[in-house]
Amino acid sequence: MADSTEILKELAQEGYEHGFSSDIETETIAPGLDEQVVRLISQKKGEPQWMLDFRLRAYKQLQNMRQPRWAHLHFPTVDLQKIIYYAAPKKREQLNSLDEVDPEIKKTFDRLGIPVKEQEKLAGVAVDAVLDSTSVSTTYRERLAKDGIIFCSISEAVKTHPDLVKKYLGSVVSFADNYFAALNSAVFSDGSFVYIPKGVRCPMDLSTYFRINAQNTGQFERTLIIADDDAYVSYLEGCTAPMRDENQLHAAIVEIVTENRAEVKYSTVQNWYPGDKNGKGGIYNFVTKRALCRGVNSKVSWTQVETGSAITWKYPSCVLKGDGSVGEFYSVAMTNNYQQADTGTKMIHIGKNTRSTIISKGISAGHSENSYRGLVKVAQSADEARNYSQCDSLLMGDKCGAHTFPYADVANPTAQIEHEATTSKISEDQLFYCNQRGIPTEEAVGLIVNGYARDVLKRLPMEFAVEAQKLLSISLEGCVG
Amino acid sequence: MLSIKDLHATVDNKEILRGINLEVKPGETHAIMGPNGSGKSTLSAVLAGNPAYTVTAGSVTLNGKDLLAMKPEDRANEGVFLSFQYPVEIPGVSMANFMKAAVNGKRKYQGLDPLSASDFLKLMNEKKKLVEIDSKLTNRAVNEGFSGGEKKKNEIFQMAMLQPCLRILDETDSGLDIDALRIVANGVNKLKTPENATIVITHYQRLLDYIVPDFIHILYHGRIVMTADKSLALDLEKRGYDWIKEQFPD
Repeated sequence: MADSTEILKELAQEGYEHGFSSDIETETIAPGLDEQVVRLISQKKGEPQWMLDFRLRAYKQLQNMRQPRWAHLHFPTVDLQKIIYYAAPKKREQLNSLDEVDPEIKKTFDRLGIPVKEQEKLAGVAVDAVLDSTSVSTTYRERLAKDGIIFCSISEAVKTHPDLVKKYLGSVVSFADNYFAALNSAVFSDGSFVYIPKGVRCPMDLSTYFRINAQNTGQFERTLIIADDDAYVSYLEGCTAPMRDENQLHAAIVEIVTENRAEVKYSTVQNWYPGDKNGKGGIYNFVTKRALCRGVNSKVSWTQVETGSAITWKYPSCVLKGDGSVGEFYSVAMTNNYQQADTGTKMIHIGKNTRSTIISKGISAGHSENSYRGLVKVAQSADEARNYSQCDSLLMGDKCGAHTFPYADVANPTAQIEHEATTSKISEDQLFYCNQRGIPTEEAVGLIVNGYARDVLKRLPMEFAVEAQKLLSISLEGCVG
Repeated sequence: MLSIKDLHATVDNKEILRGINLEVKPGETHAIMGPNGSGKSTLSAVLAGNPAYTVTAGSVTLNGKDLLAMKPEDRANEGVFLSFQYPVEIPGVSMANFMKAAVNGKRKYQGLDPLSASDFLKLMNEKKKLVEIDSKLTNRAVNEGFSGGEKKKNEIFQMAMLQPCLRILDETDSGLDIDALRIVANGVNKLKTPENATIVITHYQRLLDYIVPDFIHILYHGRIVMTADKSLALDLEKRGYDWIKEQFPD
């Protein structure tokens, strides 16, 4: 083993391929947070009064809250006064066409393989590209509008569809939900808004691509997805950031609402900069994602592949309110070097005959700490609720940690809850078997890990699955010992 | 092709091979027999480069190249194939993906472009037929939930895909019923060419009815103590190994 371990060490830290930063003229405000900053953000975005009021209520709430400490994570308290809350590519005139997007911005997204021009784009995916605080381009809007689908930045929706935004914003994640939710609600910059009208199956995958570029900036995006009765949409989210020595904060909120028989599939490949091999720098990813299955027989499915971030604190959840509604959570969380992840889900069963499935695959390597934290709650009203949870951990080397914190809170005697958990290692036998077939160790590790994560990866849309597989292999290089 | 000289090897600091000498020429089939614990499987593991074993003395060359200096994957790419006594399960990795990595890995080693998906599938179908394995097998994860017989057939299928020059069969007959044994042995025979060579490690005469050896070597206490033609196997079947143990006391 010695030989291959050495080679692997050399191969380690192949680097983070999205670590470049772009020279884009950016308009930023001074670091720090107070009521004036909240007002300034709202003003810069030209928001109506009700939106400003929402922000101010959230800011007030934040004053009375503390940063959460219950997760299995170690980090200094984030100093909100050192963060820049607004950074946007320099204001230009209202764009008439995508061709008018700043060429430097276009180049940035091109390097990331994200097409912001329709003719260059992947078959059948509409893209909203968000750079720092602002949405820079959304593709395929006209095509989608034919079906009555709204896909635009949230700041735009605030102006063009105020009734929808007013009705749903904060209806799933209240600004009082937690510290980072309050922070986001006060200062959120931009994000995507999706509305699928009654009876419409969205004809293509919708995708938002988030990129942090400016230095010392926090990214606080806000996504709101509404699927009306009998609607369906598959939504993809990707994210990257330049390599910087200081930690940057990403505190997002994603809210999903499904009405009767509607279905939303939300897939994330999260590849924020994880910091260097000594744990310096990297993104703090403190995100609140929650879905409300409001209608009967509605369904929300979260699929996430987490390879990035210095720290991940994230629990995409489903509130299963409608009778017969279904929540699913499929997750691969991989940590290497000094990364820390505390991630999982909450399935809140309220309606009758509600069902949920949780498949979590943790992979820990290097000195990293990887925790699954999940709650299955069955309310008294949730007759015949069902949950199945499976939490697997794969450990590589002897310096990392894998932890499982499953909580079950059941108030209805007809509920059935199953929980399975395993912990394993890649065996020397498996590696030798691969080697004997001519497959070098680092490739073998990638193969074995992708096999381990297959139950989750197969849920991802095709192009995303390919990217996720590559990411897992790259992130793992150098961690066999 | 293969030249083993005075090979000594240990596992956990215990010496298992104590001076093996063996010459294998293209087209030849050598059987290695011997009582339990004599070092047969260790020999195959050492040739394939299993890191659990340490070579303490001696040399091994394959087609003139120093085999012991190579990493296990390079030995494989140079044409060493080990059919495992206990094939390993790799959950979630389909046989097709696994073989694609192996075949294209070898092609890369040889400086060739990877096979296109359609060429690869064609090759796989052709080889599946040759070794009479169920076509569904390649859609399943590597050895996961395979029966003993399926695992061994799968080893031969991989051998067909990789076309090695040195084929080492480690107790391929263990755990096989008579029908599976015939299929596996037929596969090995069909894949035999004047250019490749075979080392068959077995306890029993049974396998040698199908894969007929040119030489039989008896391994005892880490050394080859006797070499003869195939009639030796019949002798052993009748008399057991006790007479050898008596002849070569510790």
